Amino acid sequence: MSPLTTPAPRAERPPVQRVVEVVGCRPVDAYVELTLAAPEIAERAQPGQFVAFAVGGETSALLLRRSIAISTADDGLVTVVVSAAGPGSAWLTERRPGDTVDVVGPLGRPFPPAPPGARALLVAGGYGAAALVGLTTQLKAAGHAVDAVAGAAAADRLCSVQELTGIADTVAVTTDDGSSGRQGLVTLAVDELLPDIGVVYACGPMPMLRAVADAATARGIPSYVAVEESMACGIGVCMTCVLPIVGEDGRTRFSRSCVEGPVFGGDRVRFDDVGSLPWDVVGADAMGVVAP
Amino acid sequence: MTVVETAVDMSTSLGAVEIPSPVLTASGCSAFGGELEPFVDLTAIGAVVTKSVQLRPRSGRPTPRMAETPSGMLNSIGLQGPGIDGLLAEELPWLAARGVRSFVSIAGTRVEDFAELATRLRGVPGVLGLEVNISCPNVESRGEVFACDPVAASDVVAAVRAAADPAQPIYAKLSPDVTDIVSVARAVSDAGADGLSMINTLLGLVIDPDTMKPVLGGVTGGLSGPAIRPVALRCVWQVHQALPEVPILGMGGIRTGLDALQFILAGASAVSVGTAVFNDPSAVARVHDELAVALEQRGFAALREAVGYAHR
Repeated sequence: MSPLTTPAPRAERPPVQRVVEVVGCRPVDAYVELTLAAPEIAERAQPGQFVAFAVGGETSALLLRRSIAISTADDGLVTVVVSAAGPGSAWLTERRPGDTVDVVGPLGRPFPPAPPGARALLVAGGYGAAALVGLTTQLKAAGHAVDAVAGAAAADRLCSVQELTGIADTVAVTTDDGSSGRQGLVTLAVDELLPDIGVVYACGPMPMLRAVADAATARGIPSYVAVEESMACGIGVCMTCVLPIVGEDGRTRFSRSCVEGPVFGGDRVRFDDVGSLPWDVVGADAMGVVAP
Repeated sequence: MTVVETAVDMSTSLGAVEIPSPVLTASGCSAFGGELEPFVDLTAIGAVVTKSVQLRPRSGRPTPRMAETPSGMLNSIGLQGPGIDGLLAEELPWLAARGVRSFVSIAGTRVEDFAELATRLRGVPGVLGLEVNISCPNVESRGEVFACDPVAASDVVAAVRAAADPAQPIYAKLSPDVTDIVSVARAVSDAGADGLSMINTLLGLVIDPDTMKPVLGGVTGGLSGPAIRPVALRCVWQVHQALPEVPILGMGGIRTGLDALQFILAGASAVSVGTAVFNDPSAVARVHDELAVALEQRGFAALREAVGYAHR
């Protein structure tokens, strides 16, 4: 089957590294929304891109950058939604207005535009919804109808639903425990909406991305997923964030989520093979893995 | 890149090749340099030390490939790379077109692989020299790397020196995971190495307390970052003391100019900044500037005067 997607294009402008001031921090249920005065990042940012934070200060023992999707980038301000999953991200959630942070961005490839006239479906898992706010605005401005589906384990793990409600034509909510919206997975709503959809965009945990991409591909609908792989650098030098991705030539490579993603064609991610080394990945033979 | 004007002469050399800055990238920590272009003037740094190249393209290991550790990280990439054909077609011309000096790290599983790589790199524009990676822990043989055996290490170095462009210095990259690093240093130096790169990562392990299994797909991995700096510095010190005439490219946890200064004082005539680049993509240029200031503050007119100063 020929691919439904082309690889996401490179960003229009290169990233910058800046020490910027935190001008806002707002608890949003289980998360914290940080607002940064970062005009040079804001003016470069395109929906789907992310920023990478140094955490803990100049002498920090936590060396690796924390990569977080950009939620909005307007008027010199960049907002991100942080989930305190470990000591590094917890440090970020403790920043207060007036504090400074070292941030690199915007990084990664943005979401490609929707096909002319297509109705777009945006699907978010947990704080992945933040990454789709800017895209929703962009799609609406380009004249597309937009349906959004936001899912999470529970109501306090949902994110950006208010923002999406103000922009998208429809917003459906699902939670695993039924504490908000319909009880169940996002695919409940996705399966109902897909018949009218021309393109799908998704951001969230890997199993959700897989389910959404598979559903879209089964109907012949192009889908683009923004992955949340763990990254050490965010800029393409550490080679830790690779996924098996089918390229334009039909061959699979271990591609870096930071510079070749985080947005990949949903039909180009070999979800089954994440965490393994299939024999047909370019260069697997040199690792001693041969065709069965 | 902040340009700090000091009166200190920062020039140094790799073997007989002069370079204007003693601060280089570290192999495996800056890919092939291009990704750093938005953050660093690549033409101003000592050189881009490339990720190790092998004869064939390599996929590298499956994920997870990385675990954060105290003041460092454990990696198990498995030398993912384009192979020598890709490097010669894409990355090296890109660097040369911009006037960026490169120092190409080569790796292989057999002595002949290294020699063939050295042959292919003869006279390639922009390639100052070769770093011979005989010490990557993330290869099939794991702990049994060439650099753990003075004889095996010498065989590789002698073959590379015989095959390589005479104008290109070759530096042997040594492993700290040995009983006596001086004996390996002496052996590869006698075999024709023009210099020594010290150190590669230390072999380490992290277990996830939740899954109760090793975190990395490759089980063990290479430990890098400031956590290993005292080990690296000790290695440089011991080897410089025993072989003061052999040039050393020092690396292992360098994050600041004062870290780099320690390596210079211990006997390194140039340094590579590795894992710190993940934390700060402009680290290579920053370390150069901070080192220049630190040397000036201590009354050195030239970097060369400070090399090995701690032994005097």
